[in-house]
This record gives sequence, structure tokens and C-alpha cells, in this order.
Amino acid sequence: MKKYVSFFRNRFAMGLQYRAAALAGMTTQFAWGFMEIMVFRAFYSANPAAFPMTFEATASYIWLQQALLAVFAAWMLEPEIFDCIVSGNVAYELCRPIRIYDMWFARSMAARLSRVALRCFPIILVALCLPKPYGISLPPSAFQFAVFLCTLVLSFLVSVSFYMLVYVCTFYTISPMGLRVMVGSVVEFLSGGGIPLPFFPERVRGVLEILPFAAMQNVPLRVYSGSMTPAETQRAVALQLFWLAALTILGRVLCARAERHATLQGG
Amino acid sequence: MKKRKWDALSLYMHYIRLSIRSAMEYKASFFLQVASQLLLSMTTLMGLAFMFMRFHSVAGYGYADVLLCYSIVMMQYSLAEMFVRGFDTFAGMVRRGEFDRVLVRPRSEILQILGSRFELTRIGRLLQAVVVFAYGVSHADIFWTPLRIMTLLSMLLGGILLFSGLYLVYAGFCFFTLDGLEFMNIFTDGAKEYGKYPIDVYGEKMMKFATFGIPYALVQAYPLQLLLGRSDCPLYALFPLGTVAFLMVCHAFWRFGVRRYTSSGS
Repeated sequence: MKKYVSFFRNRFAMGLQYRAAALAGMTTQFAWGFMEIMVFRAFYSANPAAFPMTFEATASYIWLQQALLAVFAAWMLEPEIFDCIVSGNVAYELCRPIRIYDMWFARSMAARLSRVALRCFPIILVALCLPKPYGISLPPSAFQFAVFLCTLVLSFLVSVSFYMLVYVCTFYTISPMGLRVMVGSVVEFLSGGGIPLPFFPERVRGVLEILPFAAMQNVPLRVYSGSMTPAETQRAVALQLFWLAALTILGRVLCARAERHATLQGG
Repeated sequence: MKKRKWDALSLYMHYIRLSIRSAMEYKASFFLQVASQLLLSMTTLMGLAFMFMRFHSVAGYGYADVLLCYSIVMMQYSLAEMFVRGFDTFAGMVRRGEFDRVLVRPRSEILQILGSRFELTRIGRLLQAVVVFAYGVSHADIFWTPLRIMTLLSMLLGGILLFSGLYLVYAGFCFFTLDGLEFMNIFTDGAKEYGKYPIDVYGEKMMKFATFGIPYALVQAYPLQLLLGRSDCPLYALFPLGTVAFLMVCHAFWRFGVRRYTSSGS
């Protein structure tokens, strides 16, 4: 366990070094957040009755999504891990007395958390100060906030374990490009990165809520603004736990198989 | 003088030919990339479809109208990326010191950078935009007059000029920072992402910025009124050409950067 903690610490400290990049990233995220909210405002004034949640809840959803982007973002995969598989350097990792799956899991977690740590607070602070319907509203109760934090942690773990599958699959496909593009666009969209899941048509949403996609970012963002009933929340948390277990087990099995049959690329 | 211009053009064509030939050496990879370009923009389209299933119209624009707007912006952006991509990857050129080599050659540096990269894979996105455009046209029942066809062409041309100007500024910043500035993405990627809706959807302030700041509205919202028959003012057809002025300002900034350039070492 200790070694994985230190992998985590190293990567986390490294991530904290990129402060100028974080500043640039934050400007972009502010711009995205504003544009996104303006789009929804236009749709809201076109037909408020068709809105699946209140406008305040939508605004909170959008700002939290921007602030916590690195927790979920499907396109933020670690290029170093891909390089190490493609170039064959993974051979060195295989010699070490560690489990590759756990090491990469710790790495991805640290990379994402360090990004969030630098970026989320300024965005949330500013969004809290924005005038009423456009900013983040405070959570309805302390209990709701606690539930939000739990679902956030769960969705973070589900996301990381989902993206671990992409790394592991690279052992089989060698070229990561196709998968990365696929995951970067399709998974991002299906988990509510493009438009929030509640805005999807009823049927599509029903399917996505059972699949891991909703568990990846939709649940905590909706729990925060209280737009989910307690029964719905319970079901969502159960599904999150299920997917976390399923995805990590699948990832480990695939990884163990890949390690046994790994063909090393490059010389 | 005239001969030299033709010379430059034929050199540029030669650059493009080389680029296409080198892309064709990796045919499978090329077609995969084209396919992935197609796929990437597919999700945006799905998002639009889902929103309009729920709301039917926004700020007076129907689904077909927005599809037209989206596809035209997509064409502008992918054409610009195809031809001006060299400026997008210019940061690397400066950092590796390759720009020094460009400067000592007896040719315009802009021509050489334009020629350094020709991104044929963007044809995937262009194809998708054309298909969406066709779908939009068939559902928006536009009556095609010569004026409207001209408007469309001037929108495409103006859009390419506008994005080229932005890329020039982006590259111009590299002279000072040696690295691409991520915030510029707001103006390029952001325009592609949020330009799918006519800009007046975003309210009056945004419209002002997009007219007098960075003139997105000139190639999108204004001429679109004419295209969709929401206005008869034929002047709107000429609006996109206003981007020439924007391009000149960007070019001036670029010249300023080139003069200040002091190699990156190495």
C-alpha cells in the first residue's frame, strides 16, 4: 500500500507545479461556463416549461462541472502511460514488484486531483458571487452536501476505473489513438459532458442511467442542487457502487491477462 | 512583380501536393483519422438534436436554421484548419528554432508556414458539415437566389479569413511567450463550439462583442438573416468581407512579432 501512496504523492506534487497552465485552463473554463449558461438562458426563455430542472439547478450543474472538470473529463488521459506501453518501456514496470493496475490507478487519481485542487476553488468562489439565477446556489442542506461529497468520491473512482480500461486495452490494440478519440468524444457526451443528462430524451436517459455513464459525473452534480429524490439518489449510489466493483474487477482481469501475454513494442 | 505572385502560388500548390502525397503514404492511418474527425463532431450534432427534441426553437430559430448555422461555421472552421494549420502548430516551430531557417529563405515567411502543414484529415469534418448543410437546406426551405448563393460563398470566405486572422494572432504571441497560449483556444475552439447557434441567441452584449471585437457575427449571424429570409437587406451579403479589416489588424500584429523575434536559441 505504501508504495502506491508514494506514487500518488509524487504525481500529485508534480501536478501542482503547473500553475500557469492551471490559470490558462481556468480562463477557458470560465468562458465555457458563461457561454454554456447563456445557451441555456436562451432555451429557457424560449420554453421554460420544457426545462427538466430549475434554472438555478442548471446553473449550479454547469459551474460545478467546469470547476470539477478534471475529476471526470474523458479526454484528460495520461499520455505517459500510453507512451510507456507503445514504446515498450512498460517492460521496466513489469520487472518491479508492484501491481501495474494499482500503480496506474494511483497515478491517474493523483493527476486528476492535482488539477482539480488548483482549479476548482477560484471557479467556485467566483460562481458563488454571480447574481442569483446564473451562479452556483448553496446546497439545500448540510446533509445534502455530505451526500454530494460521497457521490462525488464514488463518481471519481468510477471514472478513473473506466479510463483504466482504456489504458489496459492499449496493451491489446497497441495504437491508442482510435480508442482515445472514441472515449474522448463518445464517453464524454454520454456521461453528460456536452449537455447535462436531464436534457436527454427520456428513453436515452433511462438507458444511460443504468450504464456506468451516469455514474461518472451526472449523479453528484444533480445531487448537489437537490434535483434528485432520495429514492433516486439511493438507486444512483447503489449503481455507482456496482459499476465501481464491476469496472475495477474487469480492469484487473484484463490487465493480468495482458501482462502475461504482453508483446513489448520497440527495442 | 506579377510573375512572382504566380510563382508563389505554384510553390504553394507544390507544398500541398507534397503534403497530400505524404499523407497517402499512410493510407490506413489517414482514413482512420478522417473517420475519427467525423465521429468527434457527431456528438455535437446529437446534442443539438436532443436539445431541439425538447425545445423545438430558440430565439426564433428552428432546428433546421440552427443546423444550417452549425454546418456553415463547421465548414469555415475546417477549411481554415485545413489550410492554416501551420500557424496552429507554430509554437513548436519557434521552440525548435526552425523559424530561423524560414527567415533566411528568400520567400515570404507566411507562405512557408502555410505550406509547412496542410491538414487533409479535416476533410472528414468538412464532409459531415456538407451533409448536415444539405439536410438543413432541405428542411429550411430556402429559395436559392443568386444573392443567397453569393451570401453563402462570402460567408465561407469571410469565415476562413476570420479564423486565419485568429491563428495569425495565436502564432504572433509565440514570439513573445515561445509557447502557444491556451486562452486563445477560447476564440478558435470556442467559436466552433458555441458558433453552432446564431450569435444573437447569446444576447445583445455578445452580439456587440462579435461585431466590433472579434467579428464572428459578420460571418455568421448577420448574413444568416439574409440566407434564412429573415431580412431582405442585400447589404448583409457583404458583411463577411468586413473580416478583411480584421485580418489586416492581425497581420500587423504578426509583423510586429516577426520584427521583435530573437531566435529561441538551440
